[in-house]
Amino acid sequence: MASEPQGGLTEYIQHHLQHLVPHAAKEGFWAVHIDSVTVSLALGVIFCLWFWLKARKATSGVPSKGQAFVEMVLEFADGQVKDVFHGDRRILGPLALTVFVWVMLMNAMDLLPVDLLPVITEELGIKHFRAVPTADINMTFAMSITVFFLTLFYSFKSKGFGGYMRELFTAPFGSHFLLWLPNLALNIVEMVSKPVSLAMRLFGNMYAGELVFMLIAGLFSAGAGLAGWALYGAGIIGYTVWGIFHILIITIQAFIFMVLSVVYISMAHDHH
Amino acid sequence: MNFNATLIGEMIAFAILIWFCVHFIWPYINKAIEERQVKIAEGLSAAERARAELKNADTKVADEIRKARQQASEIIDRAQQQANALLDKARGDAVVEINRLKAAAQDDIAAMAQQAREQLRERVGALAVQGASKIVQREVDAATHKALLDELAAEI
Repeated sequence: MASEPQGGLTEYIQHHLQHLVPHAAKEGFWAVHIDSVTVSLALGVIFCLWFWLKARKATSGVPSKGQAFVEMVLEFADGQVKDVFHGDRRILGPLALTVFVWVMLMNAMDLLPVDLLPVITEELGIKHFRAVPTADINMTFAMSITVFFLTLFYSFKSKGFGGYMRELFTAPFGSHFLLWLPNLALNIVEMVSKPVSLAMRLFGNMYAGELVFMLIAGLFSAGAGLAGWALYGAGIIGYTVWGIFHILIITIQAFIFMVLSVVYISMAHDHH
Repeated sequence: MNFNATLIGEMIAFAILIWFCVHFIWPYINKAIEERQVKIAEGLSAAERARAELKNADTKVADEIRKARQQASEIIDRAQQQANALLDKARGDAVVEINRLKAAAQDDIAAMAQQAREQLRERVGALAVQGASKIVQREVDAATHKALLDELAAEI
């Protein structure tokens, strides 16, 4: 921002990386990121209302363009699920759809100018506001841990408690009692690595994307005089180029998150 | 990396979103899509059936046309035969009639000629009697000489 003092890029970025937290609890467990929660819930409600309205008026006859779009998104998600999961898709299909659209919408918040929402909230007296919920590690882990619980649920459901326990202790090396601990250790590593990698991938991409936007935005106030204007032009070009590239990242990350969630759950479902 | 209550709140939100989608979005849109799939499949099979029927009808029509043409030519043949027969019969009838008429006419002619000859004979007889009476200057008794006159008339 232009009001930042000279060499204020670091400060500018640090300012932008601060979450909005309640006055009562600035640190610790109850320092809820109000910005992430607000934006993600608003987008979730938008998703629900949008699709619900189309679903309510859904006709098997000639669809309106809006319905056709919603159907295309739904069939895309359904197709991805169908490819990896062979069973009843009445839960997994909606899950994939929700993940895809919600993550996509949250990622797309990155395309708003980095300063837009913070400036507006600052006018309202709120100092910090981060607009991209998926650049908040709480958000991505919330989703990946939910998916993890679902994999546990489906593991128990499809194999039973005993069957699942036997698998944890006997796969992949063998059922010799000396191999029980190595088996269990490996399975735990595998189990934990899935949600961690799922969450960290999305978080890392979005966080880095946001950071690059901030660095480019820093160019707008980087210099004075002719050099300043040159940097300003470079900033515009850079912002545009990165923005266009980021559309790709947004889509791909949403897609990857959806596909991996479905793959993990379907793996839990049809382990030998 | 500062985890806090946001995580749990977002997990609940995520679960609610999935639940909402499972119950209020997915079934309705999916139902519409599946119903449309059925409709399209039905439409395609109906079109296929109609095309087969059309092909069937085409061959049937061609068959009918061929049959009709054959029938028509048969009828024409028969009519021609009938016409020929009629013509032949008419010709035969005409010939018979002509012969009959010719014979009748010949009879008439013969009868008339006979009659004329009779009249002529009578007239010649009378004339001959008149002439003879003039020539002999005396009255010939018609009754006395009737036989003679008749003989004379017959000779004419």
